[in-house]
Amino acid sequence: MPYIPHTPDELQHMLSVIGVRSLDDLFADIPASMRPKHYDLPQGSSEAAVCTHLERLAAQNRVDGISFLGAGYYAHDIPKAVDALAGRSEFYTAYTPYQAECSQGTLQAIFEFQTAVSRLMEMECANASVYDGGSALFEAAMMAVRSTRKRTLVLDAAVNPFWRAMLATYTANLGLTVRVVPHRDGVSDKEALLAAVDNTCAAVLVQNPNFFGVVDDFTDLFAHARSCKAFGIISVYPVLQAVLKTPGEMGADVAVAEGQSLGMPLSFGGPYLGLMACRKEHIRQFPGRIVGRTTDVDGKTGYVLTLQAREQHIRRAKATSNICSNQALCALRALIHMSLLGPAGLVRTAENNMALARYAVERLTALKGVALCNSAPYGSEVTLRLPKPAAQVVREAMARGGTPGYPLGTAYPGMENCLLLSCTEVNDRDQIDELAAILGGLL
Amino acid sequence: MKTIFAASVPGRTACRVVSDAPGAAAMLPAGLLRRTPPRLPECSELDVVRHFTRLSQMNYSVDANFYPLGSCTMKYNPKFTEYVAALPGFVRLHPLVAQLEGGAEEAQGALHCLYETEQLLCELTGMRAFTFQPMAGANGEFTGVSLIAAYHRAKGRQRQIMLIPDAAHGTNPASASLAGFTVCNLESRDGMVDPEAVANAIQQHSDNVAGLMMTCPNTLGLMETHLPRIVEALHAVDALLYYDGANMNAIMGKLRVGDAGFDVVHLNVHKTFGTPHGGGGPGAGPVGVSERLLPFLPAPRVVRRQDGSFALNYDLPQSVGHIGPFYGSFGVIIKALAYMLRLGGEGLARASEYAVLNANYLKKRLEDVLEIPFRQRHCAHEFVASAPEGLRALDIAKALLERGIHAPTIYFPLIVHECLMPEPTESESKETLDAFVDAVRDIVLSGRAEPEKLHEEPRHLPVRRLDETAAARHMVLTEDMT
Repeated sequence: MPYIPHTPDELQHMLSVIGVRSLDDLFADIPASMRPKHYDLPQGSSEAAVCTHLERLAAQNRVDGISFLGAGYYAHDIPKAVDALAGRSEFYTAYTPYQAECSQGTLQAIFEFQTAVSRLMEMECANASVYDGGSALFEAAMMAVRSTRKRTLVLDAAVNPFWRAMLATYTANLGLTVRVVPHRDGVSDKEALLAAVDNTCAAVLVQNPNFFGVVDDFTDLFAHARSCKAFGIISVYPVLQAVLKTPGEMGADVAVAEGQSLGMPLSFGGPYLGLMACRKEHIRQFPGRIVGRTTDVDGKTGYVLTLQAREQHIRRAKATSNICSNQALCALRALIHMSLLGPAGLVRTAENNMALARYAVERLTALKGVALCNSAPYGSEVTLRLPKPAAQVVREAMARGGTPGYPLGTAYPGMENCLLLSCTEVNDRDQIDELAAILGGLL
Repeated sequence: MKTIFAASVPGRTACRVVSDAPGAAAMLPAGLLRRTPPRLPECSELDVVRHFTRLSQMNYSVDANFYPLGSCTMKYNPKFTEYVAALPGFVRLHPLVAQLEGGAEEAQGALHCLYETEQLLCELTGMRAFTFQPMAGANGEFTGVSLIAAYHRAKGRQRQIMLIPDAAHGTNPASASLAGFTVCNLESRDGMVDPEAVANAIQQHSDNVAGLMMTCPNTLGLMETHLPRIVEALHAVDALLYYDGANMNAIMGKLRVGDAGFDVVHLNVHKTFGTPHGGGGPGAGPVGVSERLLPFLPAPRVVRRQDGSFALNYDLPQSVGHIGPFYGSFGVIIKALAYMLRLGGEGLARASEYAVLNANYLKKRLEDVLEIPFRQRHCAHEFVASAPEGLRALDIAKALLERGIHAPTIYFPLIVHECLMPEPTESESKETLDAFVDAVRDIVLSGRAEPEKLHEEPRHLPVRRLDETAAARHMVLTEDMT
């Protein structure tokens, strides 16, 4: 019997100790009227057969072509040591470190993760993670709503549309007003954002680089938000954050990110990692697990889950969030990934990818009818205007072995001819030349 | 142990990035750049490997220790599931590929996996359809109560009250209030949800009850015997029943929640389907619905075309929207699929049978050691016990750690005095259970003889008891806070 150790003799002995005759006697409390009407699942299979089945399905996914698809989720090189260390079962078969004395490994790792995230963002505190970039954005907005007791959010339309969609779903029953401020050709409209933030607002939510790849500085916006007693909330791309002006320096109250690019494979949408960092003054509104350093009875340094009075198992309906299990193993991967790359590795990765994006712009805008969508500064991702619908171009290019990027028409009506192209270290100049050749033949 | 930051040596690196790129200052205006690089660790690869290997050795884990943490279902996580989830065809697939024009053809294997998992879960639970978007159990709860809200809204009414038993997990009321509901607490009677209390609450709030969130077996480890009456009472006022799947490991093949009348259910795949807990995630919390909640499921849904191929359907005008960015924790769902295929229907039912066997055996053998409420009844996959008079659950827990055993859940549910909640799972052998009984007996006996010695436990773990009050007061949450 897979994963059940009992011998027939042991079973009989245990039944007799309990005082029943059969296993089914243990389920006598389930009323007959409630028993399954139907239970027609397949027979079990051998391990080898299940592996073969899933190997075949995995092989049906095409992952071999060159790709410039990003849109908030990026293919990066992940050092093999990340898998080796996060693959240690002492980490991955443990649970939430409720019993601190036998969970110091997980606890210290989370403390180090909190340190790494807070330093990357230049914010004072970070939590032990939430599910993904979208849930992090929502949790940040709710911190502002609780703290300011105001119910209007100002949201830049240049924030990732998948996360904006999640925000809409999560706030649907909460009676909040969300003012969405349109972008201008992919550039965040800071004047309109400034004008939209007033004393009735709980927070303004922006992203850097924004969804279109544009790099910006929101210092003035956050200063204005502060004068209106509203939160400045910013979502960042962790890899580029190694070189870009930080949320801390901009004066943000809460910084969030999709942490996938710090050591998580794309894996068709998850598991990913939500990063959250905030100013210390907001710590009581912070959701999720937080680890703190303390000492044991002998004065030795150790780590514990702390500030649990905010959490659902104590506060129940009045908790700061319902989050319980978070993304601890993903947070561990991110910490190991950042430790292996170090500051120099992360900075050079960011620079390499920005340089590749510039090369892609140079090559592709040389094609007839292709132009930058705007003249704003950009990072490693950029929006191009094509002479025909981008969705169709992408489809045709995929048939030729290259995915040129994400067509923006679905998420942004009116931008049907626009393509969002991302470069990372898994791409190189040869691939960009190849993409230029493919698109040259299509446009 | 030193932190990785304290072990850092300026200028050291494990991964030197080779690139002819210019510095960022040559590509962006100075005003958009950070002043100094982030102060991340600077280490060699061996430094990093040794640091995290040593950290790992400071953990208890299912692979090294008996881990009877009640309500968490710390069963064995089969190794082959790690292999299948790491197949390059899965991990390298960008989620947006399937949303491009013609892109579903490039992701057929992944869509097939989601579809197949949904079929298995539907048959296992008797529900009509599942969404995989929720990224953990609590996220599934939020999804479920959002679906209930959407159902009532579609009927043109605003219902405010969510009934939640006092024994429920804290996530239930937290999720309900996050979805805008007001929580009405139901007092248990004899360890059961009391049908009278349900009827009274319905009467008191007249047309305002949206639903009831139930855990069954409940958090006391007891089957809810009044279920049929409760289902009837709720449905009579068109209120819906939510099944919290935290305890699903007790009922596979024995109770299908759809057949029993539940309208929405979340499952914790990291509990029931053997996917690893990861030290606190990532989990996955798929949500199943009955026919009447089908129109409200998050978008997109995986559908099978007439030619047998798979596609994404976004045409769901009544959908609650997007709970996650894509299709959930796909890498975790694959492991759950592999587990279910390996065990099959019979194997899953057997897992529940042996989980319940192990819990009842442990309960029986501990009857003369701990105080066990509801001892006359069989328990499900877990049970609750109180520390004997004069002893504290916390001390027993810490003394178990000293003996190499992870403690049961303690002080939950809140309605049991000095509560210990062991959940052995089906993976554990009789000798492991016997050793646990011996350890508890020994702890109780020595605690009675010398209570102060028990306060000193554990003695030989990486740290001894930690000062949690000081941690909360001083708030050293990063290396830079002192």
